[in-house]
Amino acid sequence: MIQLVWDGLFVGSFYALVALGYSMVYGIIKLLNFAHGDIYMLGAFAGFVVLSGVGGVTAAFSVVALVGALVAAMAVTGGLGVLVERVAYRPLRGSPRLAVLITAVGVSFTLEYGVAAAGANPRVFPVRVESQAWQVLGVRITLAQLALMAIAVGLMIALDRYVNRTSTGRAMRAIALDPKGALLMGVNVNAVISRTFFIGSALAGAAGVMAGAYYGKIEFLMGFLIGLKAFTAAVMGGIGNIRGAMLGGLLLGLLEAFGAHFLGGEWRDVFTFAVLIVFLSVKPTGLLGERVSERV
Amino acid sequence: MLEFTDVHVRYGHVEALRGVSLRVERGEIVALLGNNGAGKSTTLCAASALVPLSKGTISFDGEPLPDKPWDVVRGGLVHVPEGRRVFSTLTVLENLQLGGFACQDKASVSRRIDGVFDLLPLLAKRRGQQGGTLSGGEQQLVAIGRALVAGPRVLMLDEPSMGLAPLMVAAVMDVVRRINAEGTTVLLVEQNARAALGITHRGYVLENGVVTLSGPASVLAEDPRVVEAYLGS
Ligand SMILES: Nc1ncnc2c1ncn2[C@@H]1O[C@H](COP(=O)(O)OP(=O)(O)OP(=O)(O)O)[C@@H](O)[C@H]1O
Ligand SMILES: [Mg+2]
Repeated sequence: MIQLVWDGLFVGSFYALVALGYSMVYGIIKLLNFAHGDIYMLGAFAGFVVLSGVGGVTAAFSVVALVGALVAAMAVTGGLGVLVERVAYRPLRGSPRLAVLITAVGVSFTLEYGVAAAGANPRVFPVRVESQAWQVLGVRITLAQLALMAIAVGLMIALDRYVNRTSTGRAMRAIALDPKGALLMGVNVNAVISRTFFIGSALAGAAGVMAGAYYGKIEFLMGFLIGLKAFTAAVMGGIGNIRGAMLGGLLLGLLEAFGAHFLGGEWRDVFTFAVLIVFLSVKPTGLLGERVSERV
Repeated sequence: MLEFTDVHVRYGHVEALRGVSLRVERGEIVALLGNNGAGKSTTLCAASALVPLSKGTISFDGEPLPDKPWDVVRGGLVHVPEGRRVFSTLTVLENLQLGGFACQDKASVSRRIDGVFDLLPLLAKRRGQQGGTLSGGEQQLVAIGRALVAGPRVLMLDEPSMGLAPLMVAAVMDVVRRINAEGTTVLLVEQNARAALGITHRGYVLENGVVTLSGPASVLAEDPRVVEAYLGS
């Protein structure tokens, strides 16, 4: 039972990291960035490249190597997110939403099949987290799991502080409420949007590396499902709401762990999307979202 | 200090400004009056680089204005928009802090915020309250205070009296007068001509995208056309 909670929270922290980027981008430019899951996939591949480059990774070294790969992957995916926004989304700002949405789907395919064409697929991740394990209260916890979880929580706390306490974070919240008003405050809206994409994409990249290490296998379509799950998590928490995305991610992880245990593993994804449909129809503003603002 | 020369602005097929020329000198308060749809807000948006000019120029301190809104603010031309646009889920203090976004010197931002609290003690009491929960008059004060934190040399106000009770209109006009007395040049857009002409040096009347009348406030207040259209008997 407690094992289920721990596993659920662990997987949920990946979902939360990916959901954050989804939610931040939606909050600031009202775009459902369907390519976001693919940024996660690219994070996993970037981590793979770094770890393979390091060569034979010993067990004792694995956590350190993983953290290094994580940082590198975050830089790569963050930069890529900024590039995608600049090239694909910014020229369409102010266009009908459908046009932007279709572009996002196009970006998603471009990233997926770009990686597939580069021939790096599928791969076995060179580092696994099943290293040393402890039994705590009957729960099996590995050192690497603990390290990854700590990193995920650390990233979420850092993000929360950034958004709530810094000048740029304030500007992000202001743009989400009223972009034109923010312009009149002297906010360089383009720069703040770029930064939002950087942060959101870097978090997804981090989750990609973590997932690679946890599941052991990476492939070019791995972002599709997690993209939908992150979207579900973001909707559960209230899309556009940072703390909501964290809560939604963890909750979804828990729901899945329990659902898979009691209903059988093959029901895991069915369960997730049932949750999405229920939330969209019953409480579209999510658990923490107060309003669905359709400001133009 | 701020000069519009033959400014044209169009929204698709609608020509909102059709050759507006006006100037605001250093230290002045200038009123821009006009009916709904005359183009007053568009005039301010043109200066803030929110809408592009199709013809004409706007210069600030003899230089053409930059074409990015944030550069305009950084240059010292600050626009308090129509309808206030206070960030509803941000606190009063956060709204004020945003006004200082473009200013690198955070010490002077907090000095300006203290200055705003001195000028508008009401805001100091409400500093932790969310902007959206304030009354209309209080929101107008937040919008003005926030613009002051940006350190304007010229402040453009779009209908600050809109929707306010007479007492609050008088209070807002008094705040504007004091801001001007402390050295900030003001361009005040109003439909409430009586309130505006009470505190301004000069005024312009805009009709259908062109300036049809201009002159010292005292003269405009006596002009039969202004009296008839804007002041009533
Ligand atoms: N975004 C827009 N798209 C199309 N037309 C617009 C837009 N904004 C303003 N207009 C038109 O331009 C003209 C001038 O509008 P503007 O808002 O500048 O008037 P105003 O003098 O500020 O009026 P009010 O006193 O009602 O605020 C109006 O005819 C208006 O319909
Ligand atoms: Mg107007």
